Amino acid sequence: MGLIIDPGSDAIPTKHMNKNKPQQADSLPKLSLGPLLYYWSREDVFKFYESIADTAVDIVYLGETVCSKRRLLRPDAWLQIAGMLKEAGKEVVLSTLTLLEANSELSALRRICDNDQYMVEANDMSAVQLMSGKRSFVTGPAVNIYNSRTLEVLARAGMKRWTLQVELSRETLCSLHQNRPLGVETELFVFGRLPLAYSARCFTARAHNLPKDDCQFRCLDNSDGLMLRTREDESFLVLNGIQTQSAKTQNLIKEINDFIELEIDVLRISPQSKNTEQIIDIFDRCLRGKSNSDEAEKLLQPYIMSGECDGYWHGEAGMNLADHDRPTDNDKPGSML
Amino acid sequence: MELVCPAGNLPSLKAAVDNGANAVYMGFKDDTNARHFAGLNFDDRRAAEGIRYAHDRGTKVFVAINTFPQPSGWTRWQHAVDHAAEMGVDALILADIGVMDYASHRWPDLRLHLSVQGSATSAEAINFYYQNFGIQRVVLPRVLSLKQVKQVAQDSPVPVEVFGFGSLCVMVEGRCILSSYVTGRSPNTFGACSPANAVSWNETPDGLETRLNNILIDKHAEGESAGYPTLCKGRFNVSGNTYYAIEEPTSLNTLELLPELQSVGVAAIKIEGRQRSPAYVAQVTKVWREAIDSCKANPERYRTKENWMAALEKVSEGSQTTLGAYHRSWQ
Repeated sequence: MGLIIDPGSDAIPTKHMNKNKPQQADSLPKLSLGPLLYYWSREDVFKFYESIADTAVDIVYLGETVCSKRRLLRPDAWLQIAGMLKEAGKEVVLSTLTLLEANSELSALRRICDNDQYMVEANDMSAVQLMSGKRSFVTGPAVNIYNSRTLEVLARAGMKRWTLQVELSRETLCSLHQNRPLGVETELFVFGRLPLAYSARCFTARAHNLPKDDCQFRCLDNSDGLMLRTREDESFLVLNGIQTQSAKTQNLIKEINDFIELEIDVLRISPQSKNTEQIIDIFDRCLRGKSNSDEAEKLLQPYIMSGECDGYWHGEAGMNLADHDRPTDNDKPGSML
Repeated sequence: MELVCPAGNLPSLKAAVDNGANAVYMGFKDDTNARHFAGLNFDDRRAAEGIRYAHDRGTKVFVAINTFPQPSGWTRWQHAVDHAAEMGVDALILADIGVMDYASHRWPDLRLHLSVQGSATSAEAINFYYQNFGIQRVVLPRVLSLKQVKQVAQDSPVPVEVFGFGSLCVMVEGRCILSSYVTGRSPNTFGACSPANAVSWNETPDGLETRLNNILIDKHAEGESAGYPTLCKGRFNVSGNTYYAIEEPTSLNTLELLPELQSVGVAAIKIEGRQRSPAYVAQVTKVWREAIDSCKANPERYRTKENWMAALEKVSEGSQTTLGAYHRSWQ
C-alpha cells in the first residue's frame, strides 16, 4: 500500500494490462463504508452498524455530514458505535459536516477535530484548517483536490488520505495518484448515489411546504432520500435535506482489476437502507478473486437503486453508463497524453 | 463599501467604470474563469485596453481565475496568473488551493482574493487561505443568512465581500457538480454551469421543451416565458407535485439590506453578471452606486427607492428578485 510509482513518470497505466495476473493479497485495496448520508431512526442506525461489524469492510466513516439538525444520535451515541466497530476490528474515522453555516456547527466541528481517539475525515476547509499542522486527517470527496499542487499543500498540512472528487476521471486520478506525496493514500467513491450539491435551502422541507426551521424532520420519511423526477417521469435526482444526490447509483465494480493494478488504497461504498452488507460482500469477494467483475456486476444488479452510472470515471457526464465494449483509450490511436 | 462590478467584455467594463464601480472583475478567454462562455471575456489587447481605461479613471481591476485545474490543464492556469500579474491588475480572484499556492509564491506582492468558488463559509476556512497564502479578501458563498454573514465578518481575518445582485446560485458555490453530472462539464472543471452546447429547445404540441443533454428541464405552455435551462431552475416532479423543486428562475437583490450589510462590516458588494449586456451592467452599477452613496451618507434614513427597484427588476432573471439565503425564510 502507498507505494510510490516513479514520480517522474507521467504515463498513465494502460487499462486492464494484466487482467490474468494473480493478485497479491498485500496489494489489494481496502474497503471503506462512507458516512451515512440519510437520516434514520436511532434504532435503525444502531442496527445498521451492528450488521456492518460483521462485514469485510476495513474502514467505517461515522457521523452526520449533511445536516446539523439531525440529532437523533448525539456525539456520545456515535462514539458508542465507534467503540463497537473498533472492537470488531474496524478502523473508525469520524466525518465532519460538509456545509458549515452557524457558529454552533463550528463548535461541534471543533470537538470532533479535537478528539484523540479516532482519525477525522474533513469535509470542508474549516475542518482542514482546524487540524492543519496539529494532527493527521483524511479528506472526503467534497474537499476540492483537482491537481498535484493542491495535494502537496494538504499533505504538508497533515492529510494522510484523500478521496477523489467524484466528478473527476480516471485520467486525472492516475496523474494525481502517481504523483502523490510520500505516505499519502488515495480513496475512490466506487458505489452509491453520488453526492452532487449542498445548499442553504432544505429541499426536503420545501417539498413538504415547510420552512427549514420547522422541517419536522421529514428526512426521516425517506430512508434513501426523496426522488425527484423529470416531467417525463425519469428518475433524475434525490433530495436529501440540503444535499442533492444522483438518482442513479455510481457503480465501478467493473473497474476493480484496474483499481488493483493502479494500487488504489481504499474503495468507498456509500450506505443505503437495504443490502449494504451484501454489496460489501460482493466487492470483497471480487477483490479477493473469488468472483470476477462480470459475475460481481450481475450479483449487484438487484441492489442498485434507480439505474446505474459510471460516466465520471470515463471522463463523461456522470449520469452516463459507459459502453464497455467500446475501445479503451489504449486502442484509440493518439489519445494518450 | 466598495462596489465590484462585472466586466464580460470591454463595453461592459467601460459601462461599469463610467457608472461608478470602485472595481471591475474580468476573466480571460478560456476555462480558467467561471464565466467561460462563447464570445465573452478578454484577449490580451482588450485586457490591456480595459485595465488602462479603468486605471485612468481610478477604478481597480480584478481578474477571476476561479476554476479548478486538473493536471492536464495546469499550465493554462499558471499562465493566466502570470499574465494577469504582468499586466498590473489590482487583485486575482482565485479558488483552487494549488493555484493559490503558485500565485502566492510566484507573485508574493500581488493581492489575492478568495473566490466564492473557494466555498469558504466560516472564519476557520478563511483562516486556511489567509495563513497559507495571505489572502486579503474573501467572497462569501450565497448560502449564509445575514446573521451568519455578520458572524463570519466579525471573526474573519480579512474583509468580506458579498453578492448584492444578480443570478442566484442556490447551491454552495465550488461544491456543486449537478452540471457535470448531466453534461460532463461543471463550473469547477469547465467554467460554466449547464453549458450552451448541451441545451436544446424543442417546440412540441404540448409546448416548448427545454432540455440539457436530453434531460427534460422544463416545459412551457404557450404564453409562459421560457428561461435558459439552468438545471437547478427547472420544474420537476416530487411526490406527485410538479414545481420548481430546487429554485425558481429568480435574481438575488439585497438593496434593502444595505444598511445592515454596512453595519456588519461588509467591505464590498459584488454584482453578478459577466455574461449580461453592457446595458445591464450600466443600469445595475448606476442604481447600486446611488444606493451605496445614499446608505453611506445616512444609514438610518436609508430607504430603497421605487425607481431603483423597478430598474433592477427589469433586468432580473424571470423578472423576480429575492433576498435569497440572507433571509432565513428562503432557506
